[in-house]
Amino acid sequence: MEELILARIQFASTTLFHFIFVPLSIGLAFIIAVMQTMYVLKENELYKKMTKFWGAFFLINFAVGVVTGILQEFQFGMNWSSYSRFVGDVFGAPLAVEALLAFFMESTFIGLWIFGWDKLPKRIHLACIWLVSIGTILSAFWILAANSFMQNPLGYTLQNGRAEMNDVFAVLTNQKLWVAFPHTIFASLTTGAFFIVGVSAWKMLKKADVEFFKRSFQISLIIGMVSALGIAFSGHSQATYLVSAQPMKMAAAEGLWDDSPDPAPWTVFALIDTDKQESTMRVEVPYMLSYLAYEQFHGSVQGMKNIQAQYEQKYGPGNYIPPVKTTFWSFRIMVVMGGGLLLLALIGLVLQWRGRLEESPAYLKWMVAAIFIPYIGNSFGWIMSEIGRQPWVVNGLMRTADGVSPNVSTGQLLFSLISFSLIYTILAIVMVYLFVKVIKRGPHEKLPEDVSATDPFNTEGNNYAFK
Amino acid sequence: MMHLSELWFLLVSILFVGFVFLEGFDFGVGMGTKFLARTEQEKRILLNTIGPVWDANEVWLIIAGGAMFAAFPHWYATLFSGFYFPFVILLLALIARGVAFEFRSKVGAKQWRLAWDWSIFLGSLLPPFLLGVMFASLIKGLPIDGEMNMYAGFTDIVNLYTVVGGIAFVLLSYLHGLMFIGLKTTGEIRERAHRMAQRIYVIIGVVVVLFVSLTALYTDAFRDKGTFLIPLYSAAIIAYACLYYFMYKKKEGWSFVSTGLVLALVTSSFFVALFPNVMISSIDVVNNLTVYNAASGSYSLKLMTIVAVTLLPFVLAYQVWSYYVFRKRVTDKEHLEY
Ligand code: HDD
Ligand code: HEM
Ligand code: HEM
Repeated sequence: MEELILARIQFASTTLFHFIFVPLSIGLAFIIAVMQTMYVLKENELYKKMTKFWGAFFLINFAVGVVTGILQEFQFGMNWSSYSRFVGDVFGAPLAVEALLAFFMESTFIGLWIFGWDKLPKRIHLACIWLVSIGTILSAFWILAANSFMQNPLGYTLQNGRAEMNDVFAVLTNQKLWVAFPHTIFASLTTGAFFIVGVSAWKMLKKADVEFFKRSFQISLIIGMVSALGIAFSGHSQATYLVSAQPMKMAAAEGLWDDSPDPAPWTVFALIDTDKQESTMRVEVPYMLSYLAYEQFHGSVQGMKNIQAQYEQKYGPGNYIPPVKTTFWSFRIMVVMGGGLLLLALIGLVLQWRGRLEESPAYLKWMVAAIFIPYIGNSFGWIMSEIGRQPWVVNGLMRTADGVSPNVSTGQLLFSLISFSLIYTILAIVMVYLFVKVIKRGPHEKLPEDVSATDPFNTEGNNYAFK
Repeated sequence: MMHLSELWFLLVSILFVGFVFLEGFDFGVGMGTKFLARTEQEKRILLNTIGPVWDANEVWLIIAGGAMFAAFPHWYATLFSGFYFPFVILLLALIARGVAFEFRSKVGAKQWRLAWDWSIFLGSLLPPFLLGVMFASLIKGLPIDGEMNMYAGFTDIVNLYTVVGGIAFVLLSYLHGLMFIGLKTTGEIRERAHRMAQRIYVIIGVVVVLFVSLTALYTDAFRDKGTFLIPLYSAAIIAYACLYYFMYKKKEGWSFVSTGLVLALVTSSFFVALFPNVMISSIDVVNNLTVYNAASGSYSLKLMTIVAVTLLPFVLAYQVWSYYVFRKRVTDKEHLEY
């Protein structure tokens, strides 16, 4: 029992930590590729500086994303061996494809991009960053394909005591994948965009390199606005989908114990009592839940008690209700973050259009703080998604409690949990320190130790090793 | 007709061999930052020789793990949960090492660099050691029960034989790294790498031979697979002898190929010794995991085969291209990114 709890804490904390870096990598790679494209097309040095300056954050962040990802890849086998045996046949494939298709691409071309500035023709060098960006997006697609199988298993048969794949198209056309993928990508682009916007706002407040940061601000704000809209639309399709595929999660996310009235109102706030199985002090927006769930202004949404009874019939006795408060509040926090992003981006566009960005210090200050909004949204989105799925690790097929490694002891788990937490804490501190350092340095200064430059006529390095 | 699961055993082996060959030299270069480089500038030159490629090299390990998961879920589950401690240490080492490359030259302070230098050094030393230990204990056999779960005590994993295996891997990686340094640098440090390699040549040879002898003593490998292992080890010995000649003639490219070949052959020998098992149970042979009982269903394997056959040529092509782009030697005359 203790092993299970520790394994869950470890998985949840390491994955959430990985997903602090993932969205920024995906978002920045794309925005940097856009900036470098402008540099190559317009031959304007300003864009090259932008590419390099924001690239510095990208690289630091990417490094942490990579090393925390390696841990993820092995963790299924280490802590969830029964789970791995049960689903490996279906679940392993997308993971392997991700590595083969995406990780090789990201890692090779990022090497070429970092070290290739002076070695590759401009356009080929530009292609490298685009390939990195595509790599990060492909990687998201394949890992979400794996995750979608856990949320809504499809394309398998139960054979030899495990789930075996029998239809890869069903795995890849899983509706869950096609609502989660755009939502995650838009959320990642927003993360990157608001990061650049926030840092730029900070520098504009300090009146440093205003031209440079204003331009960065403008480019990213547009990307931020578009992707925040994308989040809202794709989030809506997530909810629509949820009602049909994981009604228990949706009911928990709404704190609905009994079936809702028709038309169903959306709950803004409620006090949830899990013992008495009731939610009181509801503040509601009429019709909204019907709309969110069915895209029409009528229709009732099932409550948890009703679904629990159905599941007991189907799966036998047990508690099929996930942690309601966590699911409920995570969902609310995420949605509020989404609203905040839209609002701030909209105000920014108006100010920008009127040419009054620099005269609005209050707004700029808000935008510095807004760097954190997407992070909060991302984390709570995953918390809702994964905790709302409990007690299942694979929805309807395997319980989380049955997935854990039977041969890993409490002592081993404590050791790994403590050591991973320690090293991750150090990484987080170092990252923030380096980010602040790069921000303070600004785009024009070089690192102090960077004195030597490349001599184009240097042939000494030519390698004739095989002659 | 070759069974698909046999093909996948071959593929997983190739991925591990590829990983050891490629990451082997950048582990070696990482060790060189402590043993070979004398000045700050030299350290940075060493780091920049592997700068553009270490991440892609590490992905070979990730994909080896991913392919194992997809093709042999039971192997993946038993191996990773059974070797829990070694993998935790391996991960800590790889985490520290990976960020150290990116972080170390971003700040000038001495203490800062010292900390990341140690991360790079230990992060390059521990992984080949742990992998050597793991490979050796795989062919020696481990306590695996009827449910395919492995309950290994400390001495099941760490004993004379496996430790020698670990040391052999560390030393071979270091030698391989020295060859890479010889190939990618100029001047003083290049000469020093040559001299260092010549100095440790004999001792490394002795350790590897010791390891092979212990394999004969402690495992059933030679009894079961002697006909394959003897030619394999002979080839490794010949490659190692050729290395001496190439080093003497200062043929750096061929020296590098030779150390790589030795590493690759030794790594392959583990997989040859295992087959058709993937995990050997020291409790009862019926508990062995084999390429047949640990594998995914035929649908998954077929699908994965198609994917691998389509994608691998592209992956190999752009990786070769990236080595071509960075074919020049790294000198302190150019911009050092790391
Ligand atoms: C939505 C996107 C997404 C999600 C849900 C995950 N990852 Fe991730 N992962 C990425 C998106 C990503 C990325 C954008 O591709 C990264 C992040 C930053 C980076 O460097 O690449 C990455 C890096 C990364 C790496 C290192 C790749 C390298 O060396 O280049 C591994 C092994 C994993 N991840 C594995 C996982 C596993 C097993 C996950 C599931 C628990 C996971 N990731 C969740
Ligand atoms: C897409 C790939 C992912 C897969 C395959 C995956 C798989 C899993 C697995 C196996 C568990 C263990 C069961 C449990 O502890 O309840 C889990 C739990 C969890 N995951 Fe995911 N996950 C993925 C992505 C993520 C991401 C990116 C995050 C957040 C950043 C996340 C957040 C969580 C959380 C918070 C839990 C804990 C739930 C709990 O302990 O109650 N997951 N997930
Ligand atoms: C605009 C309002 C939003 C709505 C209606 C919405 C809707 C949803 C829903 C219903 C899910 C759960 C899917 C599931 O559990 O199966 C989800 C997950 C998620 N959300 Fe949102 N969301 C919104 C805003 C945001 C924002 C602002 C972010 C971050 C910037 C975000 C990031 C995520 C992430 C990372 C996940 C987990 C991945 C997944 O399951 O797809 N969302 N969202």
